[in-house]
Amino acid sequence: MTAAMVTGLGIAAPSGLGLRDHWASVTAGRNAITPITRFDAGPYPARLAGQITDFDAAQVLPDRLLPQTDRVTQLSLAAADWALADAGLRTEEQPAYGLGVMTASSAGGFEFGQNELRKLWSKGGKHVSAYQSFAWFYAVNTGQIAIRHGLRGPSGVVVSDHAGGLDALAQARRQIRKGTPVIVSGAVDALLCPWGWVAQLAGGRLSTSSSPDHAYLPFDARARGHVPGEGGAILVLEDAAAARRRGARCYGELAGYGATFDPRPGSGRAPGLRRAIEVALDDASVTPADVDVVFADAAGLPDLDRVEAEAVAGVFGRGGVPVTAPKTMTGRLGAGGAPLDVATALIAMAENVIPPTAHVTADPGYALDLVVSPRPAELRVAVVLARGQGGFNSAVVLRTGPEPAADL
Amino acid sequence: MATETFTLDDVRRILREGAGKDESVDLDGDILDKGFADLGYDSLALMETASRIEREYKVALDEDVLDIEVVTPRTLIDAVNAGLDG
Repeated sequence: MTAAMVTGLGIAAPSGLGLRDHWASVTAGRNAITPITRFDAGPYPARLAGQITDFDAAQVLPDRLLPQTDRVTQLSLAAADWALADAGLRTEEQPAYGLGVMTASSAGGFEFGQNELRKLWSKGGKHVSAYQSFAWFYAVNTGQIAIRHGLRGPSGVVVSDHAGGLDALAQARRQIRKGTPVIVSGAVDALLCPWGWVAQLAGGRLSTSSSPDHAYLPFDARARGHVPGEGGAILVLEDAAAARRRGARCYGELAGYGATFDPRPGSGRAPGLRRAIEVALDDASVTPADVDVVFADAAGLPDLDRVEAEAVAGVFGRGGVPVTAPKTMTGRLGAGGAPLDVATALIAMAENVIPPTAHVTADPGYALDLVVSPRPAELRVAVVLARGQGGFNSAVVLRTGPEPAADL
Repeated sequence: MATETFTLDDVRRILREGAGKDESVDLDGDILDKGFADLGYDSLALMETASRIEREYKVALDEDVLDIEVVTPRTLIDAVNAGLDG
């Protein structure tokens, strides 16, 4: 079966715009979690977020797109531009039906919808933008990327909360195996507006700490929930033979994938995360001993951290593999978090450095080898984990290709 | 803020506010008889434009005026001013 290689990375995250800024930021341990400035968070119990503060959509997108797009779509379009440029792929030179788009989303264009709802209830229906018809929609990022670059191949959107970011990459790999040479994939989420904030508060998992360095502490005895952030990553996935033909640089292969769904609460059956990891390893034909690093889902809630620690220890042994969570510096980015972890893992494999988990003092009870400062290590195989609220578990295996590691 | 007449500058302003501007088009140029598609707009942009005109000038535009295949700034201006006079 053909291999799906990652040939382009586009990052739009609180840690940086573009892979170089992001990598410099996370390896320096810079915390991008701050008090919220995008809206007045004063009335809410949680007031911290990972915000993107240096993105000006008007600088990078055509004027025609600005009135019809939510921030999440603007970030997605920018990240897709950067990913295609990074891949050296000139879409106008490719057959249009040979390129598709497969993204994940957990909320669509929330802030756009909020603004139009405000107009609807304060001024009346005639004041609602015609673009509300699609600007709010989960599939809008996929659609706008496809339209902007003329990509007419198989396209869609996956909605499975934070796990969706990995599920979209897996769906991209399926399409490549079915014969579409290039799929633009990944995810961006952006929910930093009052409506998006109350939706996340209702999930009951947000940290109410006011200290950016102590609010999101997965695998720490002080864990008390997570901090949300905005952003994510868009990747170019490409059939290995097609990538080789055009001499593309390959970051690595999406070599394995596993997804499971948790059993009904109270059923007494084991959570599904461990099985997802095992399925992904089996799919990639690698053993636990082959895995050099695990990028954790890192929920930051004691019960969920325990489930993940037990799954990792169960597969890899107690302290049997380095585990990291750079998302401690960005917050959890919804569906965008896992594609960002995949991008970070691929850069880490090129640089042979494991980026750290910031601020955390690992609870020894979890029996994890948690990487808390940048750690040089030869990295050939990485596992990325993501879970979605409601029981979604996904795991992917990344492997550096036979080609030499990517040169940044 | 209804005004006496609806002008080309009003068209330009409402297009910019509601639908943005295509890079390759000079909206300040001679656009009076250009088709909306040639100006870089689609049917949704036209719908948004009509909606803004309707709420600002209290003039409802007929569907045949809003046919993307035939509408130009001139036909739009004429239709709005006919509505203002009526």
